[in-house]
Amino acid sequence: MNHWIVAPIVLPAILAPFIIMVLRYHLDLQRIFSVAGVVGLLGIALTITAQAAGGDIQVYELGNWPAPFGIVLVLDRLSAMMVLLTALLALPIVLYAIASGWDDRGKHFHALFHFQLMGVCGAFLTGDAFNLFVFFEVLLIASYGLMTHGGGAVRLKAGVQYVAYNLLGSTLFLFALGTLYAVTGTLNMADMAVRVAELPAEDTALLRVGAVLLLLVFCIKAAVLPLHFWLPASYANAPLPVAALFAIMTKVGAYSILRMYTLGFGPEVEATQGLVGTWLQPAALVTLAIGAIGILGAQHIARMVAFCAIASMGTLLVAISLFTEAATGAALYYVYHSTLATALMFLVADLVVERRGGAIAPTAPMPQSGLVSALFFVGAIALAGMPPLSGFIGKLLVLDAARGAPDANAIWAVVLIGSFVTIVGLARAGTLIFWKSHDAQHIGDGSQGDVAEQPAPEPNPALALTSVFGLVLGLVLLTLFAGPALTYATKTAEQLYTPDAYISAVLGGEE
Amino acid sequence: MEALVASAVGVMTTAGIFLILRRRTFPVILGLSLITYAVNVFLFATGRLALNAPAVLNKYEDVPYTDPLPQALVLTAIVISFGMTAVIVMISLSAYLSARNDHIDMNAQDNTDAAGDDA
Repeated sequence: MNHWIVAPIVLPAILAPFIIMVLRYHLDLQRIFSVAGVVGLLGIALTITAQAAGGDIQVYELGNWPAPFGIVLVLDRLSAMMVLLTALLALPIVLYAIASGWDDRGKHFHALFHFQLMGVCGAFLTGDAFNLFVFFEVLLIASYGLMTHGGGAVRLKAGVQYVAYNLLGSTLFLFALGTLYAVTGTLNMADMAVRVAELPAEDTALLRVGAVLLLLVFCIKAAVLPLHFWLPASYANAPLPVAALFAIMTKVGAYSILRMYTLGFGPEVEATQGLVGTWLQPAALVTLAIGAIGILGAQHIARMVAFCAIASMGTLLVAISLFTEAATGAALYYVYHSTLATALMFLVADLVVERRGGAIAPTAPMPQSGLVSALFFVGAIALAGMPPLSGFIGKLLVLDAARGAPDANAIWAVVLIGSFVTIVGLARAGTLIFWKSHDAQHIGDGSQGDVAEQPAPEPNPALALTSVFGLVLGLVLLTLFAGPALTYATKTAEQLYTPDAYISAVLGGEE
Repeated sequence: MEALVASAVGVMTTAGIFLILRRRTFPVILGLSLITYAVNVFLFATGRLALNAPAVLNKYEDVPYTDPLPQALVLTAIVISFGMTAVIVMISLSAYLSARNDHIDMNAQDNTDAAGDDA
């Protein structure tokens, strides 16, 4: 067996308790180990991506129990690229958190950060539905800690809502898994796919219930309307570097939809025919619209970026809900862009909030206004999907893939008008925050509330800006190397739509 | 037996959903606990109900057995929901202590976000 596959889970799983138990009182050492851990994770992710790029699907049997009896981890192109994205995202964020002093505003930031990475990587790699639930819980419980990091009454209240909502989501997940287990008698995803296909047509009522419940759970994670209500309050009130990391959490939901519904409950399976496409696509379009409107209406920059995250999830899920190879390839390219761009915008929002408070209204000019506004401009271009950055390519691919779809007109209209509204909203915010401030010096002293209550202890602006520029660099590289990235994404989509290879790799029994 | 289990799951879920829709944290947490109890019982039933049967196979004679896997799932689910309930109790307690009220919804002032600097 190839032990690299389990390494993205084992490394943070060892590092996080080590940080809590040994380095508890040594913030500097915590920072060193945490960054080293993320760099190590990046190395592992690159290694497994290189291994998966050949197209082989590798299976890791935990405890050497053969599937479907034991839990397996499965490494294919999709899981490798998602783990790589997690590591690529984590590095600038952990550097930014250190540089901005956020990790010092509460306890155990780095330990929770690594538990979160463990949960995310595990969710991407696992091939077992119940194990997916467990990794969801791991990443959620770490996110509860990170979300309330630093405290403050408003953040804690938002935290209670976030925890309650997700606890309910987890319960729903258990109901869904129970139903599916009752019908299929297995929890291994590949085995489940085989048994779903064999199920006699008259026994599929419960299966459909289970599949819809599961879709609801993933839609909660992916913040699809009408299950998105947790996201704006949580992300806007979380520490903003943490919100940047949470950009990958919504993608876990999108990944799970893609995985489960291409493997087991796809449109071609008779039992669940028409379930996902029928419901997901309109919901994704409305999500996109609501996100764009939210951007236009937000009064606070963090809330605006949270709505940007919703809008980009909408675009992503529109592409996923088409369930064709070309559309999925486009979605996989877009998922990289969307994650990096959303994280970039959250970090820029944090730069703004730390310097002048987050209200989208004229206040006194802030220090380094030119540099921050340039970064905001880059992030806005990326998120709105304007040339020359990768958002443009991503949206173009999505629109191109939607051309032959039955609802192509609706998709084109919503995506294009949504992008336009996003541009207007971001332009409005940028103008009010960066330009109007210069002729509004009398308005106020940029009074800050909860977020900036404690002065940042010795922030390191150079490193903070460097890590933000790292994300910009990621977007530029994604644009420059769009060809190779898209080739990889297309091959990944091909692999996803030939689930037989996945199933025989898992159930074949060879090591 | 089936009717008993089914109605237990149904009643607990109903009560749980009713409580979750309250506006204070304490009933919401109670509601969440009730729903997790309901899901635990539901998970037991997913392996089919079998009375007085062991959860192991007997290779010497053909005796009824009950599916062991849901029991393992329930164990995991209990541990996780127990831990999560503890977490939400702690977070709500600290939210209560710092905001001096236990409303689950954010009031108009809170709703202007973390920085609290909106007009």
